[in-house]
Amino acid sequence: MGKKLLIDRVGIEGIRYFDTYRKHGGYASVEKAFKMAPADIVEEIKKSGLRGRGGAGFPTGMKWSFLAKPEGVPRYLVCNADESEPGTFKDRYLMEFIPHLLIEGLVVSSFALGSNRTFIYIRGEYAWIVDILEQAIEEARQNGFLGNNILNSGFDCEIYVQRGAGAYICGEETALLESLEGKRGNPRIKPPFPAVKGLWDSPTVVNNVETLAAVVPIINMGGDAYSQIGIGKSTGTKLISACGNINRPGVYEIDMTISVEEFVYSDEYCGGIPNGKKLKACIPGGSSVPILPANLLFKTAKGEKRMMTYESLADGGFQTGSMMGSGGFIVLDEDQCVVRHTLTLARFYRHESCGQCSPCREGTGWMEKILNNIEYGRGKMNDIDLLWDIQRRIEGNTICPLGDAAAWPVAAAIRHFRDEFEWHVLNPEESQKRNYGLANYAEPREVVAS
Amino acid sequence: MPDEKKLFKVTIDNITIEVEPGTSILQAARKIGGDVAPPAMCYYTPLKGSGGKCRTCLVEVAAGSTADPRPMPKLVASCRTNVMDGMIVKNITSEKVIDARNGVVEFLLINHPLDCPICDQAGECHLQDLSYEHGKEGTRYEFKRRTFEKVDLGPFIQLHMTRCILCYRCVYTADQVSKKREHGVLDRGDHSQIATYIKNSLDNDFIGNVIDVCPVGALTDRTFRFKNRVWFLKPMDAHRDCPKCSGKVTLWNRGDEVYRVTARKDQWGEVHDWICNECRFEKKETKDWVIEGPTKINRHSVISQGHYVGTVKPREVLTEVMNGQAPRLLMDIHTVSEVNQPQIELSELPGPATGDVFENKNPKEK
Ligand SMILES: Cc1cc2nc3c(=O)[nH]c(=O)nc-3n(C[C@H](O)[C@H](O)[C@H](O)COP(=O)(O)O)c2cc1C
Ligand code: SF4
Ligand code: SF4
Ligand code: FES
Repeated sequence: MGKKLLIDRVGIEGIRYFDTYRKHGGYASVEKAFKMAPADIVEEIKKSGLRGRGGAGFPTGMKWSFLAKPEGVPRYLVCNADESEPGTFKDRYLMEFIPHLLIEGLVVSSFALGSNRTFIYIRGEYAWIVDILEQAIEEARQNGFLGNNILNSGFDCEIYVQRGAGAYICGEETALLESLEGKRGNPRIKPPFPAVKGLWDSPTVVNNVETLAAVVPIINMGGDAYSQIGIGKSTGTKLISACGNINRPGVYEIDMTISVEEFVYSDEYCGGIPNGKKLKACIPGGSSVPILPANLLFKTAKGEKRMMTYESLADGGFQTGSMMGSGGFIVLDEDQCVVRHTLTLARFYRHESCGQCSPCREGTGWMEKILNNIEYGRGKMNDIDLLWDIQRRIEGNTICPLGDAAAWPVAAAIRHFRDEFEWHVLNPEESQKRNYGLANYAEPREVVAS
Repeated sequence: MPDEKKLFKVTIDNITIEVEPGTSILQAARKIGGDVAPPAMCYYTPLKGSGGKCRTCLVEVAAGSTADPRPMPKLVASCRTNVMDGMIVKNITSEKVIDARNGVVEFLLINHPLDCPICDQAGECHLQDLSYEHGKEGTRYEFKRRTFEKVDLGPFIQLHMTRCILCYRCVYTADQVSKKREHGVLDRGDHSQIATYIKNSLDNDFIGNVIDVCPVGALTDRTFRFKNRVWFLKPMDAHRDCPKCSGKVTLWNRGDEVYRVTARKDQWGEVHDWICNECRFEKKETKDWVIEGPTKINRHSVISQGHYVGTVKPREVLTEVMNGQAPRLLMDIHTVSEVNQPQIELSELPGPATGDVFENKNPKEK
């Protein structure tokens, strides 16, 4: 059993409510933190090695220390609960089942950063979670953990929940801030970064739900102890939402010491592939990260065991590796069609592009149309090269990373599964009746286990 | 005496100049001028917040500054990136830039109707210029192009959304120049569009400036629609005493007739003195204006042809190739070409227009 720090208590009946949560050690970190100096809290987070859980994996302590602190200007903490990446549903689980953990983390973090007005920007479709969070906020206020003069420290803090209106792009931090200000959710051009000019032109920190929840165990156990968990720069525990062709889809908390193979096959986690099917491919970190064929999933190109850590998942760069991303683990078995799968993702990004920059606005639509042709037996051989060319000219040339996120899945699919694309083009009729199957990517289980 | 300001040295395409801190790479490159200046389709100096969107102005930063000479990992939008002391920038000397720019131009064109023959903007369209410089012959896009219905946004302005490149200039103009913004971008991604929310008319004072900032033919002057091609008109600087604006305009005349009135633009196509709707739409007689003289135009070659700055009279090629004989009949291509017909709506065709389109639709041919 790996260590669990975040969702170990979700099984306790009534943990959603303040009294039960408090009885089980809740809000202890607030009591501890409010005796510390804010700068020392930031120091503990730095020591913990915590990295952002929203996708980019940026060191949280460092982000916090960049926050500008001009006199007389308010500072804001914004919690990014927009979670809209296909395959990612970990924040939802955390907020729904143990909402007070997030509120507790927000109180501590607000104190550390000096934010008297803290916002939770939540995905519009998570409507029922808004009620859960607002109830938790109200309970915390009545028990003196929010409001004026919290625990007689002289520190005031209010938390507001704001619902989005159904746009993936509003998860990008600067689009989120625009939306929170009541404007169209277009990402801003950076610099300036939010740490200098964020919400209403004031210094702002934007963090993911899980990142802010992880502040609680870090304060409780100390940054050093937290940093002992995991491997290298992948410290602590990480929530993974697993879905696709696995026996046990769901949200798992892992300490970052287990291998990908263990995660897929252990009954503690995914429990293997159902119906005796073979593993074909996996997207380990949410729809934006490169897909990996089975033969690169459990072992890196160097032949090392691939671990569920930031570094190991990225080993080999985009040529032979992928990314931890937001922890949306999507498993594809031998019956899945990579072309169809790539088309589905392309459709998503085309639909979600904000449309500000020409490469993303026009390129995502173009890629979807070509993929649609290939999938439905109307593709041509040079369409595959054209797709490659389009994604190459979107990547890196846009305002925000959504352009990259649209390009990477297409690039990785062609890089690793080109033969499947070609088969679709060469066999337009057959490809409408059956899937390509495993081909060159025989399940590597035996190889790894030997 | 004020302290002498420290200037930043920046090298663009191997040419070094000194500029004030806070200057963008684009503005620095414009100081050098010529091909070194990246094309800019969305940035507009007088409009705060503009730029960063079209990505035509991408450049490579080979060295960030003297203090930190590392190259920047990605191409940057030169219009929104400020120079640092000792920065080294590559524009046309960078293959990466040229490739990315070709890509951007292709992206901008895949859904563009290419209806220049019936577009009032032709001849002063920045997308046309850009395509001549960076576009490829033919297209790799084999799908139906995105189309929208034309909309009259009130009495003065027509919106041809199919031609729009979503540069947002008109949105910033309405925000910053006119009294009230009544249009904006609706929806998102490749289905986003410039529109008024529930049919509104754009008629507040100064809103006419959106026509001038629009780099393409998406917003055109209804009072000028199909009246003439811009390259047949003679632009003249003129002014009048106007209580609302500076009254400094360009008149576009043919003979004594004023065909349209626009604000004055600089060599980058940028307006600095915004003009009011009255000057633009209602003062269409020469007697309304004090004429200062011909407008200096030196960038858009089509318009400057024949009369203006730095142009050379073309050689009499025809007589030369005809052994000294003068040609007997010369026709203006625009009066005989079927391509110049407004009644054929090119923007509604799903693909590029071919000869068939004109033959089938034109009763004279049948
Ligand atoms: C298109 C796009 C969508 C994003 N969506 C989310 C999201 O839903 N939730 C999230 O926490 N971060 C999202 N991010 C990442 C945020 O921009 C930001 O990096 C993150 O909230 C920072 O928090 P962290 O440092 O705690 O990870 C998204 C980024 C992009 C480019
Ligand atoms: S990359 Fe796409 S989503 Fe991001 S700003 Fe540009 S158009 Fe919008
Ligand atoms: S209508 Fe013209 S000015 Fe407005 S966004 Fe479109 S191209 Fe730009
Ligand atoms: S002019 Fe710089 S991005 Fe458009």
